[in-house]
Amino acid sequence: MDFVRNFPLFCIILTLFSGPCSMIMSGKHARRLNLFVIGAVGLMSVAVFFNVLDGGSYIYYMGHFPAPWGNEIRVGILEAIMAVFFCIIMFLSMIGGAYERSQEFEESKENLYYVMVNLLLSSLIALIYTNDLFTAYVFVEINTISACGMIMIKQSGHTLEAATRYMIMSLLGSGMLLLGICFLYGITGHLLMSNIKEQVAVIAAGGAYHAPLMIAIGLMCVGLAIKSALFPFHSWLPDAYGYSTVSSAAILSSLVSKGYIFLLIKIFYRVIGFDVIQESRVINVFFLFGIAGMMIGSIYAIKEDNIRRMIAYSSVAQIGYIYMGFGLGTQMGILASVYHIFSHAATKSLLFVAGAGLSECSGGSKKFHGLTGAAFRNRLAGVAFTVGAFSMVGFPLFSGFMSKVLFAQAALEVPGKILATMIALAISTILNVIYFMKTVVRIYTPASCDVLCDAENYKTVTMKTHPEKSVVLIAFILLNLFLGLFSQLLTQLCERGLGMFS
Amino acid sequence: MNMSNLLANYEEALSMILFVIGFSNLLLQKNLIKKIIGFNIMDSSVYLFLALKGYIEGHQAAIVVDGVQSVDAYINPIPSGLVLTGIVVSVSVTALMLSLTIRLYRRYHTLDLDEITLLVKKGGF
Repeated sequence: MDFVRNFPLFCIILTLFSGPCSMIMSGKHARRLNLFVIGAVGLMSVAVFFNVLDGGSYIYYMGHFPAPWGNEIRVGILEAIMAVFFCIIMFLSMIGGAYERSQEFEESKENLYYVMVNLLLSSLIALIYTNDLFTAYVFVEINTISACGMIMIKQSGHTLEAATRYMIMSLLGSGMLLLGICFLYGITGHLLMSNIKEQVAVIAAGGAYHAPLMIAIGLMCVGLAIKSALFPFHSWLPDAYGYSTVSSAAILSSLVSKGYIFLLIKIFYRVIGFDVIQESRVINVFFLFGIAGMMIGSIYAIKEDNIRRMIAYSSVAQIGYIYMGFGLGTQMGILASVYHIFSHAATKSLLFVAGAGLSECSGGSKKFHGLTGAAFRNRLAGVAFTVGAFSMVGFPLFSGFMSKVLFAQAALEVPGKILATMIALAISTILNVIYFMKTVVRIYTPASCDVLCDAENYKTVTMKTHPEKSVVLIAFILLNLFLGLFSQLLTQLCERGLGMFS
Repeated sequence: MNMSNLLANYEEALSMILFVIGFSNLLLQKNLIKKIIGFNIMDSSVYLFLALKGYIEGHQAAIVVDGVQSVDAYINPIPSGLVLTGIVVSVSVTALMLSLTIRLYRRYHTLDLDEITLLVKKGGF
């Protein structure tokens, strides 16, 4: 099926053009177009996935110009799975947040939101597939701009301030990324990933230009770490996730930061080469900051009184897990991180949508006090939140458990880091239990009269109130169980995909 | 590491100094407009660096004139193309940042980001 090989390009073009088209549509039509585009891209990615599963990875020359003149797209199993998965999460998050969006947006501006979402999807797909570093940089910037738009579209002081802080941190990160790419271009003379890798191998073997190579690696890694909110750079994150609309928060936490992390994995394998990365000390830095993020993110989450901000701080901890996997510096470690990308994306968007459902039946309150007994007023959201909490804590059956098992297995291969990883996993699990179980106990505590009496807005939300949201929550729960129960399948595919990278 | 390398590549060294100036301004300034200026200095320094990578002493800009097609006549055109793309990106990001600044100023009547954060935390708006 040669025609299927064009699909990755079609996905990028379709999403890129549907963005501006939404600008002249009414909100309703733009919403339908957006769902259609996400669905179409998802289906095309499924076709691409089955194609590469049989035929192996391939490089697509844009306009039939071969390297080093043309721009390239590279498609392998891991890329295709990522694209399918991103589309599923985005589709569910968009439907799951539809009710909140209709409440929070001015009607005349609703279509602008879909411009941003389409552009965001386009940049994510392009980041996944591209084989050219500078193209990756451009789409990183498109990603940042559209994510910023998605935060600030809900007009309030909180979101404007959060968007500004997000923008500033992102610009620092992308400045470093750009400088790193320029250094790499300066010493290798190429921009295509495969050509750079050949030259880097020569440089690493020869010894000349070793310092600029290390500087380039450092700049790119730190730049992408800033953008994906690794621990010391997370200050923008709680506000941005905590006060934006639900679908934005779900998409930002589960997809945007993952797009950057995926680009980082590509840089590890396809640009620098994994051997050179292992020799450089950048993985130890990732290991340290990853573990610090796991601890400190969880401690902040325990202190937090607002459910949305608590989930946001939990994201900081989970990003820490992913970087800790990088820090192990083995194939197994990266594999565990890739699995955790899936597991965290599925769980975090579930938590955000379920959290919004719990707030809705509590008069819009996001504080824990107001949420008392919320699971009795909105049973499905309560169950969904509990599933998400179990998964994040690492309860068997759910996806979070498998990623912790994979991290532990990966650590066994690295003698120097076994103890630190195991202790970090244990402490972090305990901290997770504290704040997630606190929330679950809170929402399953029947509200006493002194809480109920001052909140007249308490109402019961059944599955019929928002049928589409109930379907989304059930789909998220099933996705989580699927990831937990059939993890073997996914990890095998990811392993094959990572093997195709080099 | 010797000084002669640094002196021979003083343009690159200059662009790195500019990068650090821009970076620290973007990170540390409280005033939003100064932050945006810092961002522009940072990006311009990267463009200077890129342009230097493509420059070859004594060669012309890569525009074919009088039918001369020899490679020895022109500089490397790719970095120039990258700089153009980068300028487009930084202009759009600057526009976005400025529009955010206008919104924040209208709401809080100050450009100091820390002060804005305090006002936001107090609520009220």
